[in-house]
Amino acid sequence: MHNLFILLQKEFRQIFRNPTILRLILMMPIIQLILIPFAADYEIKNISFSVVDLDHSDYARRLVEKMTATGYFRLVEYGTSYAQSLNTIGNSQTDIILTIPAGFERDLVREQQTTIHLAADAVNGVRAGLGTAYAAQIIADFNANIRSEWLTVPQYGQMPRIEVVSSSWYNPYFDYHLFMVPGILAILVTMVGSFMAALNIVAEKEAGTIEQLNVSPLKKHEFILGKLIPFWVLGLISITIGNIVAYTVFGIVPIGSYWTIYIFSAIYLLSVLGIGLLISTFADTQQQATLFSFFFMMVFILMGGLYTPIESMPTWAQWIASFNPPAYFIKVIRAVFIKGSTFTDLLPDFYKMIGFALVFNSLAILNYRKRSA
Amino acid sequence: MPAISVNNIIKTYDKGNILALDKVSFDVQQGELFGLIGADGAGKTTLFRLLTTLLLPDSGTAQVLGFDTVKDFWAIRKIVGYMPGKFALYQDLSIIENLEFFATVFNTTIAQNYHLIEDIYVQIAPFKDRLAGKLSGGMKQKLALCCALIHEPKVLLLDEPTTGVDPVSRKEFWDMLDRLRARGITIVVSTPYMDEALRCDRIALIQKGRILDIDTVEGILAKYPKRLYAVRSENMFRLLSDLRQYSQTDTCFAFGEYLHLSLKNGEADAPATEAYLQSRQHAQLSFKPVAPTIEDAFIELMQAQ
Amino acid sequence: MTDLPNVIETEALTRRFGDFVAVNSISFQVKAGEIFGFLGANGAGKTTAMRILCGLLSPTSGKARVAGYDVYTESESIKQQIGYMSQKFSLYENLTVRENIRFFGGIYGLSAAEQKRKSDELITRLGLSHEANKLVGSLPIGWRQKISFSTALLHQPKIVFLDEPTGGVDPITRRQFRDMIYETAHSGISIFVTTHYMDEAEYCDRVSIMVDGAIAALDTPDRLKQQFVANSMDSVFLQLARHARRNE
Repeated sequence: MHNLFILLQKEFRQIFRNPTILRLILMMPIIQLILIPFAADYEIKNISFSVVDLDHSDYARRLVEKMTATGYFRLVEYGTSYAQSLNTIGNSQTDIILTIPAGFERDLVREQQTTIHLAADAVNGVRAGLGTAYAAQIIADFNANIRSEWLTVPQYGQMPRIEVVSSSWYNPYFDYHLFMVPGILAILVTMVGSFMAALNIVAEKEAGTIEQLNVSPLKKHEFILGKLIPFWVLGLISITIGNIVAYTVFGIVPIGSYWTIYIFSAIYLLSVLGIGLLISTFADTQQQATLFSFFFMMVFILMGGLYTPIESMPTWAQWIASFNPPAYFIKVIRAVFIKGSTFTDLLPDFYKMIGFALVFNSLAILNYRKRSA
Repeated sequence: MPAISVNNIIKTYDKGNILALDKVSFDVQQGELFGLIGADGAGKTTLFRLLTTLLLPDSGTAQVLGFDTVKDFWAIRKIVGYMPGKFALYQDLSIIENLEFFATVFNTTIAQNYHLIEDIYVQIAPFKDRLAGKLSGGMKQKLALCCALIHEPKVLLLDEPTTGVDPVSRKEFWDMLDRLRARGITIVVSTPYMDEALRCDRIALIQKGRILDIDTVEGILAKYPKRLYAVRSENMFRLLSDLRQYSQTDTCFAFGEYLHLSLKNGEADAPATEAYLQSRQHAQLSFKPVAPTIEDAFIELMQAQ
Repeated sequence: MTDLPNVIETEALTRRFGDFVAVNSISFQVKAGEIFGFLGANGAGKTTAMRILCGLLSPTSGKARVAGYDVYTESESIKQQIGYMSQKFSLYENLTVRENIRFFGGIYGLSAAEQKRKSDELITRLGLSHEANKLVGSLPIGWRQKISFSTALLHQPKIVFLDEPTGGVDPITRRQFRDMIYETAHSGISIFVTTHYMDEAEYCDRVSIMVDGAIAALDTPDRLKQQFVANSMDSVFLQLARHARRNE
């Protein structure tokens, strides 16, 4: 205990004397939480569209008005030449071209059906896909409106109608922030726990001071604990800052309990600290540690369900993701924030995290040879 | 025209808070082997970086073969071979790959200038496919010298080439420098090892950014103002304590197996000092005049500052 | 001096890395209070031998005891009894002088009160009262080396290992450092030192010179110079090491 105390005292002194670490711990949660949810938004707005109106009818105008009125679309051109509008796609002024054929109104009234043409710039697949989907929905809506106008004229019998109603549970307005903020919190804790700890240990290797500790009577486990505990504490501090930002900036409060979040964070930190320790045993220089960290971080984020849902990955990828600790933590922290899940609800994930902590730390300790045989 | 001419250079770091070079001036003649002798932090590396056009002085000027280090830096880079203090070759390339790379950088080939490096290169040629990172200190040093020579420089600047290298490799290295000088290459070399000063034509003793003295080794030693005595006995620690306490002692430092002692009244104090030591019952006492070494001179100049 | 106890005893100490015999059956003793110079060319096996004696590396075969403890089985006890100052800088640059001294005192088991008393005492003795609360990184290298050496002595080890302690230091500081070494040895602590400065080999009580993993010569500087008909250790070293085959 005596030695551990001495080590912790030294470690905290060095951390508080290092402006870079402090800045990272304080600023990283704030900037990431504020920047990323606003920037990485799946809701697509301001889709620019061109209209090629070959009909010039009242219905055609109403359709265009309806589209701009939704707020998703921004009319950039209203012309009569498809070829000309295609050019605007070519130079990226337009995302979507809506072509209203000649005789649109006539066909709609007379034959009760007509065709309109949508062309989208698919370079940005997400934008094109969502844009056309929105447009199709608006057109369908327009269609329904017109029908209901006609229906107000008394008719014989009822027209059969099938309607698909979708609703989002827990996040009824599909508030993107509510979804992203807890996920980013999870990634933050991962970064502090694993990479900052790894870099710290490797920095001591590089400075040569680790040699001085190796020849001292310090025990292996004392050294490791002395390195891990400070970053465990810093991890919890950064999640606290994150919680404060989530509340003050986005007004997000977990529906579940803060206790659940902290219990899971504490355990989860143990497993990512194990990863950090493992990295530090492989890397001899901070540069190597940074590269290892990059690799892990890409896997953590891309296979962790932060942006892309794990459920929609191919089976092999889901299988990999099931060994990805952040995937569980992201899931847990979202569940507590959005669904209000309780500790008992998440017990299976709790056991898995303990498993990860044990595996990674054992691997690290096996690999950390204070005394090479 | 001197090969190198440094005039009143001042260089500070950290917004003027750290004075690295304080009005440094000296000339190096063509074909000279010139030594910069000083400890870490004396300003040796700063001087080299100025001469190799990697740093700009705060004030003062420097010329290499008539080219100004600020205005004509492209010309200087072509005629100067530089071996930085830290081993600056690619550790993950082999000997031959490093050499090829540096030859290409200077628009030449190994074959074209092989005659320049031949007698050094043959010593490392058996290991030419070994990665530079896996070489011993002495071999790294030879490789670095080959790389600095491959573009046929007129002036060779070597920053602490022998630091951390064992005495055998150091001696071999200086033998190589002798042969290069014989070919007319001007060489400026820095070192913290005082004994290496003896291998230079002239030396500058440098400490805390200032040049203490510039001269030949003989010239510097001739200026040494004190009478020195070499003293030893069976118990060196007690001898040192006794002499430090002795009223007539001026300076007393350990030099190799002896203590080098200077007395306040020079030779006049010698008999009394010897008698004093005998009265302190030192066994196997040896007390004799000794010629100063370059380190004695350096210490004297440091203390005079 | 001959009746003093041995602090280091090795017998046919050997360490292999695969086929490579880094340390080849070396045997020697270091007595209490002795200044023992451990010389060798780059790659001669000095560092490996030193790491074994510090309990950082297990030997492949042979015997070695340091401060009375066996290097195979009692490396933790050895560590409590040795001081170590490495070529690479061994203080924390972003801790102050006082914090460094207290930290190293602390990990060798000094109580808080002892840490305070010893650090105050050491700071006064080194004349660093004004610098005690400055970061070590801001001090000149010569001072750091003195602090580093004194810190290695804080827990009163039986032996101190110095791995090229005086590289790059000005001649006055180097001599002040040497005075500290004399003083330490006089107080009964053995000094085990490696260096590339051959004049520093002269002041050692005894010197061993390693060539290709084996000890090629071991004696007092005077007797070595007689034996090799040389006027300096430099020349003794050159005669021995010139024939080294190993190139690391």
